[in-house]
Amino acid sequence: MNTPTLFGLCAAALVGVGLYGLIIHPQPLRKILAFNLIGSGVFLLFGAIARRGTIVGMGGDPVPQALLITGIVVAFSATALAVALVLRLFDEAGSVTLAPDTPAKAQADLPDA
Amino acid sequence: MTLALAVDISLILLVLAVAGWTIAVRDTFASVIGFVAYGLLLTLVWVRLAAPDVALTEAAIGGGLTGALLIGAAARLRRTEAAARTEYPGALTRILAAVLAAIVAAALAMSVLALPDPAPTLALATAASLATTGVGNPITAVLLAFRAMDTLLEAIVVLLALLGVWSLAPDRAWGGWPGPRRHVNPDGVLAWLARLLAPIGIIVGLYIFWIGADLPGGKFQGATILAAMWLLVIKASLADTPPISRTWLRVLLVTGPLVFIAIGFAGSLTAGAVLAYPEGYAKPLIIAIEIALMPTLVLTLVLLVLGAPQRTPPG
Repeated sequence: MNTPTLFGLCAAALVGVGLYGLIIHPQPLRKILAFNLIGSGVFLLFGAIARRGTIVGMGGDPVPQALLITGIVVAFSATALAVALVLRLFDEAGSVTLAPDTPAKAQADLPDA
Repeated sequence: MTLALAVDISLILLVLAVAGWTIAVRDTFASVIGFVAYGLLLTLVWVRLAAPDVALTEAAIGGGLTGALLIGAAARLRRTEAAARTEYPGALTRILAAVLAAIVAAALAMSVLALPDPAPTLALATAASLATTGVGNPITAVLLAFRAMDTLLEAIVVLLALLGVWSLAPDRAWGGWPGPRRHVNPDGVLAWLARLLAPIGIIVGLYIFWIGADLPGGKFQGATILAAMWLLVIKASLADTPPISRTWLRVLLVTGPLVFIAIGFAGSLTAGAVLAYPEGYAKPLIIAIEIALMPTLVLTLVLLVLGAPQRTPPG
């Protein structure tokens, strides 16, 4: 088994690990982290495919490699926006729960109820 | 088993173990630290995949800036830890999630094993046209000539993300300084490190930016290193960002994309297509775009990490 295939399989496993984390973690920051794991798995898969397109004098297909650089920067800015949303939620509500509000819980959350 | 294969397999096991740990560990802060380590390991993976440009980007952005962003957020969200622990789903949900994740991973793994052979590649086409751009690094040629549209849109997406972050500012802080006020001992280790490291980091960042035309490197990687140095100086409270209402700051933020768009549209007059370069002028125009984008990227990355304005504006 060659290097690109091995890392391609690793990428598939990373997507699986990230997806599991995205579903089970209730804390939004952990969900953002898990989502980044999925993203890096997708990037790695793309990178393995880029490596398969190698020719003499080039380590891999430069087109997917260049798109990967673009992708990593865009993933970072999306993460920054998501983190800012969570922090704003925390400043407003004092908690970051995503659980649906039951009437009793909403009552308990009111500061002077 | 050859040595290279042994290295690959150990690296993969390590990456998967750290990834699993960032998901499995209970404490969010520990998980974020795991994610930074994971980013650094991925850098090694990119080196093994013969993609040094991607490795530099991953080390600087994936591990570095994302790490700084998440560590800051995790520290502020410490108080929510206990509440979040009561909300974990039951065993049934966990088992179903694991089954779903396994199915997705297995489907991806099967498609990896079924990839066509010989692999389709644009490397030959890139190599054939590389000489027309005048740059020696094929990645830079793809980013700024063959697929310049992606890079232009990316520069705008990053700016839009910053607008999104700013728009989350509370009303009283609009136009003010991003991030909390910092009080750091001016004789402490952090301030000492910032004084020592920042000058070296600035040189390294500019060097990586400059060699990007011919060797692995470029504006994203260089800009990220410069952004990291500025963040270090800010966190050591040796300097502060300007309030976001400053006109020069906003002009600088849009300069990069505007120059890029102007050169792109000039191409439709001089070279017959938007984002095409007239013959013989490709390299100077590519360098002009990179130089214009550089300050914009540094500023945007720093402001994205610092988040929405929190301190009231001056006056």
